[in-house]
Amino acid sequence: MFDIERWQEIFDTIRKNKLRTFLTGLSVASGIFILVILLGFGQGMQNGIAEEFKEDAATSIWVWPRRTTIEYKGLNPGRRVQLRNENYETITNAFDSDYEKASLLYFPRDVQVVYNNDLLVYNVAGTNGDLQSIENEFLSEGRYINETDVQQNAKVAVISNKIKREVFADLETPIGEYITISGAGFRIVGVFGEHGEDEGEEERIFVPITTAQLAFNGSDKINNLNFMLPEMESFDATVEKNKEFTDELLTYLKQYHGVAPEDDRAIHIWNPIQEAKRFYALMGGIKLFFWVVGFFTIIAGVVSVSNIMLIVVKERTREIGIRKALGAKPWSIIGMIMHEAIFVTAIAGFTGLIFSMGLLEIVGPEIEVDYVLNPAVNFNVALSTVILLIVAGALAGFFPAWKAVRVQVIEALRDE
Amino acid sequence: MGSNSLHVLKGINFSVEEGELVAIMGSSGSGKSTLLNILGMLDELDEGSYDLDGVPIKNLNETKAANYRNKFLGFVFQSFNLINYKSAMENVALPLYYQRVGRKERQEKALKYLDQVGLKEWAEHLPSELSGGQKQRVAIARAMAAEPKVLLADEPTGALDSTTSYEVMDLIQKINDQGNTILIVTHEPDIADMCKRIVHLKDGIILEDKKIKQVRASEYV
Repeated sequence: MFDIERWQEIFDTIRKNKLRTFLTGLSVASGIFILVILLGFGQGMQNGIAEEFKEDAATSIWVWPRRTTIEYKGLNPGRRVQLRNENYETITNAFDSDYEKASLLYFPRDVQVVYNNDLLVYNVAGTNGDLQSIENEFLSEGRYINETDVQQNAKVAVISNKIKREVFADLETPIGEYITISGAGFRIVGVFGEHGEDEGEEERIFVPITTAQLAFNGSDKINNLNFMLPEMESFDATVEKNKEFTDELLTYLKQYHGVAPEDDRAIHIWNPIQEAKRFYALMGGIKLFFWVVGFFTIIAGVVSVSNIMLIVVKERTREIGIRKALGAKPWSIIGMIMHEAIFVTAIAGFTGLIFSMGLLEIVGPEIEVDYVLNPAVNFNVALSTVILLIVAGALAGFFPAWKAVRVQVIEALRDE
Repeated sequence: MGSNSLHVLKGINFSVEEGELVAIMGSSGSGKSTLLNILGMLDELDEGSYDLDGVPIKNLNETKAANYRNKFLGFVFQSFNLINYKSAMENVALPLYYQRVGRKERQEKALKYLDQVGLKEWAEHLPSELSGGQKQRVAIARAMAAEPKVLLADEPTGALDSTTSYEVMDLIQKINDQGNTILIVTHEPDIADMCKRIVHLKDGIILEDKKIKQVRASEYV
């Protein structure tokens, strides 16, 4: 296939028809450029959305009781629903649906936190060790609350990075320090941090749930229930699993607390995966849109390449006639035109590819907008579109060339 | 190509020997160009037969016709038909490209033939930088470069003034003197008189076919 004479002939032709070559190349290069940038931003938006949902574990479920809104079994609407330890135990012990982590939160009211005679304005929450995974918190120092703490009502506390910065900045480590919560001393055993910008959640001091309930008159009250479900092999399966668990949870809680089955507001369940699913659906739509726009950009590129090739061949009809009169075989002429078309589209296509990928590579990481993160494009996808365009360019060259070659030599020579 | 067919040639029977210089004359519409196109395999014949160097030329596919054109025939056209983006030398070298001659050899040969037509100095010029006579001489050099058995010229002096015409005819005569067979279509009697044989066509039949005493173009130059 590599025919040096042919290449020389093509380079001669290209060198002597710079404008025509440039225009063909420009339409191809810009087509690829636009497509790659579009696909890159599609990916960027997907990355951005994934990032937004990284702050909490994606498979977590949060249960917040509220007030009933419907009268049921002689109970008035507007009644507060109060979760209790028993709910937690039933869910963790007797449910069919399995979960990976389960945690509960108790927020004691009117507690005073004191350190070194300074009053601190932070929230205190009782919980267990599973919360760390559910909240997707990381440990900077020490340890988190564990099973033993909960069983033994240990007077230990885990504080956030923010509290460490604001209160214990002078100390090398806050671990081992004691803070007083409503008169009881708690030893700090760990420091945690939140991913992302969720600073609000860094205002909290965690203590074991049992200790909190005992020390702050909580009896068996719970404010929140939190769960994390295992991730399934596919996103859809995870969503399905999540829904199954949520349904069982709601049915049980409504029945236990005398909430009407149709009362959807009494017990609020927040599960990021359902939100994520909506976003992913939206995302899918946006990506599809980008693909469609990109596809039409490519079509436009193909059309313009075809158009230019059509004009080029028309322009060269006489030349084709001359070449035939001089003994050019039909296939050598078709081959020459296609060779030129493929060569030009390939060079232009890869130029567009390199420029657009370069731009994404350089500008991409600089972009700091919500829901757009590190736009990038799958190299294979980009490469495939270039190849598609090259094939299209070849076909675009082939048909007019085929037609021109079939014209009788004298007809072609008469063409002015 | 058109859908209405026109019966142009109605019984032409003649043969050309090697080394002849034949003028085909006739008024426009007499079929002289059609005859030349058939001889040059640029057009196809519907009926009859045509043998070139003992090879019957009939129902050739494009590839075979291209081969024959390349090996047997050289063309010179009234409108020169040079490729305008190629230099004189590249134009002359083009038939050799289709004979798969290497680039170096092509250029050497092209220069040799340009030298023969007196245009060696103009080798690097584009056709647009040449005069009509020069263009036709380049075209003749190109036709000769392939070393064809027959040189077919369709009104080679049609677009030239008489002085230039005679220069071109002088060149054609010299090529004929070297033993090349040449057919010229013309409607100018003085050009025809510079050939060795005149075939008169009228309405698609041969009116007259006579050998004449050649007038040397060099007498006029």
